[in-house]
Amino acid sequence: MELLVAIGEAFDAPRMIPVNRAHAASSGQEGDLYFVEILAKGNASCKVTTTTNPIADFEYFQQYVTKEPDEASVAWRTKNYYKQIGAVMSLSCIPYLAENIPEYGEHVAFSESSATPYVNSVIGALTNRESIQTALAAGVLGETPEYGMHLKENRKGTALVRVEAELSDGFSYSLLGQYVGKKIASGIPVFTGIPKRPRIDQYINLCAMLNVTGAIAMFHIPGITVEAKTEEEAFGGDKPKETITVTERELRQTQDELQTATGPVSVVILGCPHYNLDQMADLAKLVKGKKVRGGMTFWVNTSATTKLMADRAGHTKTIQDSGAQVIVDTCIDMFCWNNLRDRTGMTDSPKCAYYRRFGPVKVGTMEECVAAAME
Amino acid sequence: MVEVRFRCHKLAKGFGEGEAVVSKDPICFYLVDPKTGIVKERGHQLEGKSIARKVLIFPTGKASSAVQMDGLVKLLIKNNAPKAMIVTDVEPVLLGSAVLTKIPLVDRLEKNPFEAVDSGDFVRVDADNESVIVMKKD
Repeated sequence: MELLVAIGEAFDAPRMIPVNRAHAASSGQEGDLYFVEILAKGNASCKVTTTTNPIADFEYFQQYVTKEPDEASVAWRTKNYYKQIGAVMSLSCIPYLAENIPEYGEHVAFSESSATPYVNSVIGALTNRESIQTALAAGVLGETPEYGMHLKENRKGTALVRVEAELSDGFSYSLLGQYVGKKIASGIPVFTGIPKRPRIDQYINLCAMLNVTGAIAMFHIPGITVEAKTEEEAFGGDKPKETITVTERELRQTQDELQTATGPVSVVILGCPHYNLDQMADLAKLVKGKKVRGGMTFWVNTSATTKLMADRAGHTKTIQDSGAQVIVDTCIDMFCWNNLRDRTGMTDSPKCAYYRRFGPVKVGTMEECVAAAME
Repeated sequence: MVEVRFRCHKLAKGFGEGEAVVSKDPICFYLVDPKTGIVKERGHQLEGKSIARKVLIFPTGKASSAVQMDGLVKLLIKNNAPKAMIVTDVEPVLLGSAVLTKIPLVDRLEKNPFEAVDSGDFVRVDADNESVIVMKKD
């Protein structure tokens, strides 16, 4: 409570308001452990549905828990404390698609890079850019201070982003988010020039990257996202404070900024954020009949719920038959990847490249990752 | 030595003092090496520079909702966390992390902090009394 009051006071919030759900972006690291341990030892429990972010699938990664026992034990203890306080062990960074779906107009407290802008922009629920700890406190208390994104007047666009690039796949949405996050840092971007409704995974990539290079709780795509039919409505009658234009050139530059490797790779990690069912289907289609090359490891991260559906559709088997491995519950920023430090890796996720545990990195589309690893 | 006092607005309580480090780039504390306090983020204005036990002046936080707190706690464990922070545009992830790690955090300095403070100045941040004292290096 003290934490939420301090936040409320700092932002001049007049009162606390009830929330029906929260998502704690549990990271399984020291900062996360510190707070959840205090709550668990004080016998706190979640008052409203509170889901958790990926930590690690300890059963699967047992064999890798050798080099950093301390880091693994911090993660293990954190995960157990979440269970103890009654959090939903979704262990997913896309909980808003399955385990914990806010309604339009609902006040919630959702941390996690992709989750905050997704629920604000795509669903039209109202959440601030919470930290794990403020979201968890809201889950335990069932309330949050009323400030920021909970107030209509703070949901107006601040920056106009003219997209003049062809956004042909999920990867280009990642690059768009990465560029815009870095360029405007904070505020609410309004995207124009996006001709059709993005796919869910494209939204997710955009959302995630806006909060890797920036701190962005919401965006509008007039005519597509729920809170603005037109550009005027998105800005609520105000003028944009800044205008930027994004062309193919900016996207390619953004891609190059992250790459530290050019030669062959020996590790591919996909699924940051966790792949959804569409991406599992796309990947299965791409790898069908192919085999992962010798000396190469290929991982795909997804949520347990998504994997269940992928199992039923046969996608998991197709992917595993190629020699790739499908992992649940796990974040790319975990102890279990530390033994990849000396290897060159490739990913379709600039976020994974940013927080990676492996060595030099290449980033490219899902197709390019598959081409680099399979024949 | 010239000493100037500014009013400010308390975000996270406490008192901290030290040498100023000014960054025009937002900061993600997870991309700082906890063992040394040196910023390791590629292309960051502070890349290769230490923030250990400094008073940090920067626009705002950035990056994942999880790792800001992890970064600060790791720095605290190694005694390399900043002593205080002055920002121009606070965001809740940074604020929550500052409250829990007990690192004083203020905003709304009465003068633009990027004009009032240079790296190397000595700065006292008294969040409780909403006061910042800057001792300019000669």
